[in-house]
Amino acid sequence: MSAQNVQVGAADGWQRGGAQAVRRRIVERLINVLCGIATVVVLFLLFSILWTLVTRGAAGLSLSTFLHSTAAPGSGGGLANAIVGSCEQTLLAALLGTPVGMLTGIYLSEFSHDGKIVSFVRFVSDMMLSVPSILVGLFVYLVVVEPAGHFSGMAGTLALAILFIPIVVRTTEDMLHLVPRAMREAAYALGAPGWRVIVSICLRAARGGIMTGILLALARISGETAPLLFTSLGNLNWSINLNAPMASLPVTIYQYAGSAYDDWVQMAWTGALLITVAVLATNIFARWWLSRNGTASS
Amino acid sequence: MEVSSTTAGQEAAVSGRNAGGNAGEIAFGVLARLAGWSILLVMAGIIIVLVSGGWQAFSTFGPGFITSKAWNPITHNFGAATSIFGTLVTTVVALVFAVPFAFGVAFWLVEMAPPALARVIEMAVQLLAAVPSIIFGMWGFFIVVPFMAHYVELVATRYLGHVPGIGLLFRGAPYGTGLLTSGLILAIMVTPFICSVMADVFVSIPAVLKESAFGLGATRWEVMRKVVLPWSRQAVMGGIMLGTGRALGETMAVTFVIGNSNRLGWSLFAPGNTIASLIALEFPESSASSLKLSALLALGAILMVISFITLACSRMFLQRGIKN
Repeated sequence: MSAQNVQVGAADGWQRGGAQAVRRRIVERLINVLCGIATVVVLFLLFSILWTLVTRGAAGLSLSTFLHSTAAPGSGGGLANAIVGSCEQTLLAALLGTPVGMLTGIYLSEFSHDGKIVSFVRFVSDMMLSVPSILVGLFVYLVVVEPAGHFSGMAGTLALAILFIPIVVRTTEDMLHLVPRAMREAAYALGAPGWRVIVSICLRAARGGIMTGILLALARISGETAPLLFTSLGNLNWSINLNAPMASLPVTIYQYAGSAYDDWVQMAWTGALLITVAVLATNIFARWWLSRNGTASS
Repeated sequence: MEVSSTTAGQEAAVSGRNAGGNAGEIAFGVLARLAGWSILLVMAGIIIVLVSGGWQAFSTFGPGFITSKAWNPITHNFGAATSIFGTLVTTVVALVFAVPFAFGVAFWLVEMAPPALARVIEMAVQLLAAVPSIIFGMWGFFIVVPFMAHYVELVATRYLGHVPGIGLLFRGAPYGTGLLTSGLILAIMVTPFICSVMADVFVSIPAVLKESAFGLGATRWEVMRKVVLPWSRQAVMGGIMLGTGRALGETMAVTFVIGNSNRLGWSLFAPGNTIASLIALEFPESSASSLKLSALLALGAILMVISFITLACSRMFLQRGIKN
């Protein structure tokens, strides 16, 4: 009864336009406008970053950027060693991290009869997802670089793999949870052993989502700088040797952007443009792909 | 949760039936367990390496390490206070700006935007989250820092610098770099994370709750403030903590714009440093097994502890918020 009165009263006030209703209407409009402005500002910032990268980075784009290694200031050169180094370390980290990450994701989703330890692994893996990446760099430095006595591409790869794994764990687990129970039950009913059900049925059903996760993880680690500073260090010369210091785009950008030479700063912008385009393109592709054939339940 | 544990039970029962002679089953189980447990090993390794590496600093300076403002490689006197202060201040500044913006964008996306437009803008916001942090650093250094120096800081010093109380925050030479600029860049970096958590929560609220409030004649804002926000408070807190965790450990963007000076003061315009930026800059210059290296590792351990606490809170809030 009283609720009805309130309802009628509120609706009346709103329509008739008493002082309170006017105030409520003004607040409503104000919030709408503020939220719209917030959205516009955030979009503006994204476009400002992209615009800056394109206008400043495009000037340095030429064939020699991709063909020549980094060189001393004033003597031209390109980013070939950094591009190749980045690709090599990122892809190897993905190669190293994908099986471990997927197996861990399977462990978390399918081995819950292991009890408390499963939720502990899940907790730790979630933590690792957000460990500051520079600490991973420190860790790999002390465990790999210091004992070996020199920086190396392998150490950089390892650091990136540590950042790569938890992302894959997360998506694998999430996607396996989406696989309908009926599908597993059907497989079990046919007499398939547990591991065959997981590998041939569940993973197959979830592969779109898992691939997307791997792609997003790849995009994430390919822009990481901090963990590479102390591990693969960077290399001004052409080197694809994993046992030696190795150049990478982010570290080169870091070193060049802070330098006092105009052509190095230009090269840093070009590198920044390249890496951002690669990362954003991977992201867009992954999301598009997920929306097309991602969900496990069909 | 319940669903997955029952499936697991059934699996265990089924796999138990043909476990005897099935080598594949055993091998697969061993592999999955090894992979899962290796995560624990890596995490334990990170903690052990940081704590044991920083032990020399902790034992040399004692608890005073955390409160000392010193950072002098020549006299071998190191303290954590300045970089902890910088880390916390930049994070707080980041949240002050990021939370309202993230909320605004999430509210607009969920309640006001036409669905087609909302999808595109949501995508754009997610792309902002994907931009590598070094790019934020460069953009901040070449675009935001001059802007801050020429416009924001000059104006703020002139008009706010003399206000008693808060004036303290806005004094100092307008370098453009400093705690405020770093906080702003961090805000831009964490807004997408907070925003996407908020948008997810706002979408997931049962329609009945909102409909009943609308039925009483509430405006959209009133529904948000009196129904949606109280209902989703914990998940929203979890999202904010998630952003906090990101801001605490962010390295490259901050290193570019914070000015890197070991100073502790009230002014937001003054250059400072954070734990992460200090490690990034000083680590390459510190020789093996020196006291400085140990101090940097000790700082790393402190950063680890701070981010752990934040993330544990975030997880707790998110889990509770989702169970609601």
